[in-house]
Amino acid sequence: MKLLLKGGRVIDPSQGVDAVADILIEDGKISRIEQGISPSKPQSKDVPRVIDLKGKIVAPGLIDMHTHLREPGFEYKETILTGSEAAVAGGFTTIACMANTDPVNDNRSVTEFILKQARLASMAHVYPIAAISKGQNGKVLTEFGDLKSAGAVAFSDDGNPVVDSGLMRHALEYAYSFDMPVISHCEDPGLSAGGLMHEGFVSTQLGLPGIPAIAEEIMVARDIDLARFTGTRVHISHVSTAGSVRAVREAKSGGVDVTAETAPHYFTLTDEALRGFSTNCKMYPPLRGADDVQAIKEGLSDGTIDAIASDHAPHSSVEKDVEFAYAANGIIGMETSLSLSLKLVHDGILTMPQLIETMSTNPARILKVPKGSLKPGSDADITVIDPDAKWTVDTGVFRSKSRNCPFHGWNLVGKAVMTIVDGEIKYTVPGVKA
Amino acid sequence: MTQGLITRARICAGGRSTPARRVEDTMSLSRKDMLGIRDLSREEIVLILDTAESFKEISDRTIKKVPTLRGKTVITLFFEASTRTRTSFEIAAKRLSADTINISASASSVVKGETLIDTARNLESMHPDIIVIRHSAAGAAHILAGLLEQSIINAGDGAHEHPTQALLDMLTIREKKGKIEGLRVAIVGDIAHSRVARSNIYGLTKMGAQVVVCGPAMMIPRDIERMGVTVRRTMNDAIRDADVVMMLRMQLERQQENLFPSLREYAQQFSLNRDNIKRAKDDVIVMHPGPINRGVEITPEIADGPHSVILEQVTNGVAVRMALLYLLSGGSK
Repeated sequence: MKLLLKGGRVIDPSQGVDAVADILIEDGKISRIEQGISPSKPQSKDVPRVIDLKGKIVAPGLIDMHTHLREPGFEYKETILTGSEAAVAGGFTTIACMANTDPVNDNRSVTEFILKQARLASMAHVYPIAAISKGQNGKVLTEFGDLKSAGAVAFSDDGNPVVDSGLMRHALEYAYSFDMPVISHCEDPGLSAGGLMHEGFVSTQLGLPGIPAIAEEIMVARDIDLARFTGTRVHISHVSTAGSVRAVREAKSGGVDVTAETAPHYFTLTDEALRGFSTNCKMYPPLRGADDVQAIKEGLSDGTIDAIASDHAPHSSVEKDVEFAYAANGIIGMETSLSLSLKLVHDGILTMPQLIETMSTNPARILKVPKGSLKPGSDADITVIDPDAKWTVDTGVFRSKSRNCPFHGWNLVGKAVMTIVDGEIKYTVPGVKA
Repeated sequence: MTQGLITRARICAGGRSTPARRVEDTMSLSRKDMLGIRDLSREEIVLILDTAESFKEISDRTIKKVPTLRGKTVITLFFEASTRTRTSFEIAAKRLSADTINISASASSVVKGETLIDTARNLESMHPDIIVIRHSAAGAAHILAGLLEQSIINAGDGAHEHPTQALLDMLTIREKKGKIEGLRVAIVGDIAHSRVARSNIYGLTKMGAQVVVCGPAMMIPRDIERMGVTVRRTMNDAIRDADVVMMLRMQLERQQENLFPSLREYAQQFSLNRDNIKRAKDDVIVMHPGPINRGVEITPEIADGPHSVILEQVTNGVAVRMALLYLLSGGSK
C-alpha cells in the first residue's frame, strides 16, 4: 500500500524543513519527501493512493507524552483502545501513558500488558511510562532495567510526588545508567495538603483551600538541584507557575540537563474559571493566575518549556458530578490539545514550526523514541493539520470514554484532519478528500 | 446561574396578606436563588433589610403567624450540624404559614451513598418551592441552583458564603447604629475558614462600611485586601475606634492540625476582653455569629455584657429569613 500526500506545507523541525512538498509512503515508511513526486508509471499495479493536501500542514506525527489511559484497573474511565482512539482523533500518532493504574505499572507484566492492549487497539503507538517506586509509594525503586527491556520509555510516579529527596536522587542516577528520563510530578505535599485550587485572590473569595505556587516551585528547584548535583537529567511534568518557568530557564542557561512540559489548560485558563465551582476545572496542578499563564506562554516561546502534553486524565461522572471538594483531579485533553495549542500560533506566540517542535520533535527527543521525524526511512507517522478549520468542541462526540472537559462548547480554530500511523490512515475528518 | 429569573411564584403574590403596606414601590428580588452576598447589589441588600424590618413585628404578636406563604413548601437540607440557622429558617417559614420539612444528613453518608445531585433530584420530585441547604463543601448550593428550578437558599457552604448571617448582621448593625455607611467594623478571628467573614465583607463594603480584619497571620487568606478590607496585625490595632467588633468562632474542625498551637494560646492573644474593648468606641457593639466558645474568642463578661448584641442577632435572623423566603417566593415590598 502506497500513499502519496501531495501539495501540503511540510513542516519537519527535525530536518529543518518548512516547504510545500509531496511525501511518498511505502510499506508503512516514509519513502521520499520532495517536490513534484509523480504517481509512478500509469500501467503499474502499484499506484499510490493520492491525497491532495493543498492548504494543509503536514507534520511528523504528534506525540502526547503525558496521558492517563486508566487500563488496567479503571476501565470505566478509559481503556487503552478508547484512549488511543481519542489520541488519533486529536492528531496524536504516539502517546505515552502514566503508571498510576491498578495495579500500578511498576513491573514487567503490566508494561507488557499495556503494550499488548495497544497492539490490539492498533490506533496510536503507546509507550508505557513505568513507576519510579513500587506501588508509587515513594519507598523502593522499581526494576528500571527489567522495565526498560519490557518496553517502558521513562519513569514517573506521576499523580504522586517523590517526597524523599534521597529516593529521587537514586532514581535520577539509576535512570541515567539506562539513558532514560525521570519525569517528575513536582508537589510538596506539606504545602499542597488539603488544597483544592490555586492559592490567590479567587481562592480567598471562594473560600476554597489553596495550593500555593511554591508547592510546585520548591520541588522543581529541588529536582533541578538534584540533576545538577548528580549530573543526570530530569523532566519536569505539567509546569504551571511563573516561578517554575523561571527556575527551568535559569537551570538550562546554567547547563543543567532539564526539560519541561506544560499542558494546554495552563496557558488557556486561569483560576477565574473556578468561580462557578466547575469540577471540570479541577486538576493538579491547579489552574493558576494570569501572571502564571503569561509566563507559561513566554516559556514556550523562548524554548524554556520543551513540550506541550495534555495530561489527559479521564474521570467518569461518578468522580466529577459531585461537590467540588470531593471531585477527582484531572481533565481529558487529547482531543482538544492541538487546537488549544494552535491558538498560540494564531496569537503569534509560537511559529508553526515551533508548535510542531513542542508537540512532536521535542517529546520524541525527551523520551528518546524513534519518532517525531519525516526523514526517509522513518515510520510513516504523520499528522495533517488544517490550521484554519473552525469547529465547536462537543464532548458528546469524543472518542474518549470520559467527558471531563472544561472546553465543551468552545469555538476553536484549527485541528488535525488526518492522522496516519505506520502508513495507515487511522483518522480523518469529513471534508478532507482521502 | 445566580441571575435566574423569578417568574414562577410571582402570580401567587396578588391578594395575599402582606405584612407591611407602608411602602408603595414594587421593587422585588429578581433572582431565583440566594447563593451569596457577592451577587447582590446594594439596592437588593436594602430591600431585604427593609422587608425584614417590617416582618419583625410578627414575631412580637400573640399569634405569630401570617398566611403569606400558605401552601408553599420549604425544605431545609442540612449536611452540617446547625442549631441556630436551621431552627431560624424553620421558625421563619412557619410564621409565614409555609410547610417545612427538615432533612439532616451527614456529609459522610452522602460520600458513601447517594450523591448530592441524586438527593436534590429526589427532593425536586416532591415539588417543594424553596430548598435551604447547608453543606461543608463550598459551591454545594451552586450545584443545586444550577440543577433545580426551585429557589435555593445557601445557609452556608464550606468557607465560602453564609448570606443570611451577613444580612442579619447588617440588619442588627443598622438597627443599633442607624446606618452602615461610614462605620468602622472589625472582624476578628479565623478569617480564612469563615464563610461569615466573607459574606459580611461583601455586604459591609457594598454598604459603605470600613472593614478591618485581624487574626493570626495563617488565618488571613491571601490577597484579602483586594476584597476591600484593611488587614491589621494586632488585635489592639484592629479594634481601635471600632463601631462594631465582630468576633468569629475559632473553628478548629475546619482547620489542619498544624495550623495553631492551642486554644489557650488563642484566647491569650485574640480574645475580646474587658481590657482591649476599651480601645473601641464607647458605644461599640459586639457581635458573634455563634455558637460562641466562651473563654476562647470572647470572654463571658463581654459576651453577656452591655455592648453585646449577640442574642439580638439571633432574633433578627428570623426576620431576615422571613424576608428572604417571602421575596424569593415572588413577594415585593
